[in-house]
Amino acid sequence: MTTFDPYAATRETTEGTVYSVTGGDWDSLVSEIGEAKEERIIVNMGPQHPSTHGVLRLVLELEGETVTEVRPGIGYLHTGIEKNMEYRSWTQGTTFATRMDYLSPIFNETAYCLAIEKLLGITNDIPERASIIRVLMMELNRISSHMVALGTGALELGAMGPMFFAFREREAVLDTFEAITGLRMNMAYVRPGGVQQDLPEGMTVRLRELVKELRKNFKDNERLLVGNTIWMKRTEGIGYLDLAGCTTLGITGPVLRSTGLPWDLRKMQPYCGYENYEFDVITADTCDVYGRFLIRMAELEQSLRIIEQAIDKLDATHGQPVMVADKKIAWPAQLALGADGLGNSLNHIREIMGSSMESLIHHFKLVTEGFRVPAGQAYAAVESPRGELGAHIVSDGGTKPYRVHFREPSFNNLQSTSAMSEGGMVADIIGAVASIDPVMGGVDR
Amino acid sequence: MSEAQEGMFGVSGTGDTSGYGGLVRTVANPGSTERPYGGYFDQLADDLERAYPDFADAITKVVVDRGELTLHVKKERLVEVAKVLRDKLLFEMCMGVSGIHYPERTGCELVAVYPLLSMTKNQRVRLEVCTSEVDPHIPSLVEVYGGNNWHERETFDMFGIIFDGHPGLTRILMPDDWDGHPQRKDYPLGGIAVEYKGATTPAPQNRRSYK
Repeated sequence: MTTFDPYAATRETTEGTVYSVTGGDWDSLVSEIGEAKEERIIVNMGPQHPSTHGVLRLVLELEGETVTEVRPGIGYLHTGIEKNMEYRSWTQGTTFATRMDYLSPIFNETAYCLAIEKLLGITNDIPERASIIRVLMMELNRISSHMVALGTGALELGAMGPMFFAFREREAVLDTFEAITGLRMNMAYVRPGGVQQDLPEGMTVRLRELVKELRKNFKDNERLLVGNTIWMKRTEGIGYLDLAGCTTLGITGPVLRSTGLPWDLRKMQPYCGYENYEFDVITADTCDVYGRFLIRMAELEQSLRIIEQAIDKLDATHGQPVMVADKKIAWPAQLALGADGLGNSLNHIREIMGSSMESLIHHFKLVTEGFRVPAGQAYAAVESPRGELGAHIVSDGGTKPYRVHFREPSFNNLQSTSAMSEGGMVADIIGAVASIDPVMGGVDR
Repeated sequence: MSEAQEGMFGVSGTGDTSGYGGLVRTVANPGSTERPYGGYFDQLADDLERAYPDFADAITKVVVDRGELTLHVKKERLVEVAKVLRDKLLFEMCMGVSGIHYPERTGCELVAVYPLLSMTKNQRVRLEVCTSEVDPHIPSLVEVYGGNNWHERETFDMFGIIFDGHPGLTRILMPDDWDGHPQRKDYPLGGIAVEYKGATTPAPQNRRSYK
């Protein structure tokens, strides 16, 4: 026993000696652990740790540097979103759903709205232009989400450069989101029946420039990481999970596709008209972190392909409606940009305040009370950047959801941390968790 | 979910002068479906009947609604049915479990819903099991679908459904020492009345609400 160190105190418990490290006195800790008789130690990684993708706690049991057991502890970001949604109207629910997995807000909204539309029986009545905008936004969102996965994943394994490039690309996409919806994240842009508002004038020109810029810039990260010896040594053969493991654990998304199975809901069970777009499902056959990294890299280009086709379709459908025609469901306000920002259009205000009492009542009823959804349950799933994002929604015929449950891919996939990491080295846990790409906001909801 | 809803704006009894208090709206829940079910559902039901001789006893109701097939399963038969679906009908994946609480359905208050996915056949089916609040036990599916581990812990945490045979059924989202199960309908949406500049905003569960 060395002298007392306030930053690296020890205390005896029934389970053994507990070492608390709160400061920089690593040397004294190492010398103390060196005196311990057994090699087996239990380490708490997190809940606040730069490599755990948010507030995730990993309880590690180590034999030397080998991991013998990993137990993830979650729930630190639980905000009761599913419960809250039962107290708000169907439309207000998008504001909650978008905040779950904060890196893929558009996917959360779309899954939720697709399920509501299924319950309402209006799936086939959604205007074509609304579906095209949804696809466009989802693919832009996939790029911004994959950029965080790649950037932070590389950063956690010690590569600083990719992060700068990845966040440059992400910012370009988020700026576009801001131009379209008014918000960079948590936009609540996709609404039951369509989308909140049409694209601003001249947006397709800007989108074409964005695609050109992104395609050029993606090469920077590719040059940094693909084939990079150090990167490959940290990722090849790491975090192994084969197809049997994936099906047992219900894993979807890039982790499943890294086993060679081309399972992508956009192709297999198309929604929002994905069957009208040409793109490839990217797979790898290595079942490891490097394979998942390559899949995300290649999916960026596929997303750009879809976006290009969507822009062409947007040009062809210019001026068409973006909200379902049924006035009993569609949000009544016509939004327009005024001198003081976005709000109800002057024409709409003139109508409800000046000429039509019925329009005012209708507006008031739909906005405060909302529409009714026939009783029943529905499940709608979309291919989010992390896998199958499912919305299970139950209605009792009222103006608010009776129950909303999200099948979050992050929540499900995080279970595989143990299977990927046990038996490996402690440093490889970081790579394995990064390759799952969990977002704790989505895990805990 | 009751079979009929009365009133509006949260008003009931004699306090209502709006006239909406007398409003009674019946709720039409989708009932049992007769054959043909349509799509691949008939084939799926035939295959399941052939592969599972106790089909008539275990499946209490078949519902086809909004293009989705739901099999209502007796809870003591759940694991058997899931095993047949996985091994014979190639539903390799279970996308988790979602709980629902219906306080009015006496003896069947707590419902667990399992969306199954077959990647081989590109099909989906939903299993629905119910149990009572007094005896909230449902057999665990973790031995059949390992990925249900966390999902069942979440449903236990939120609804208090006890999944028998689960390897470690503990709370997962709420703190370990939390009282109650937040997603039950009798559990209020948290919060207290908030006073601001003299005016009081009631807790969410006490606010006027539309029905």
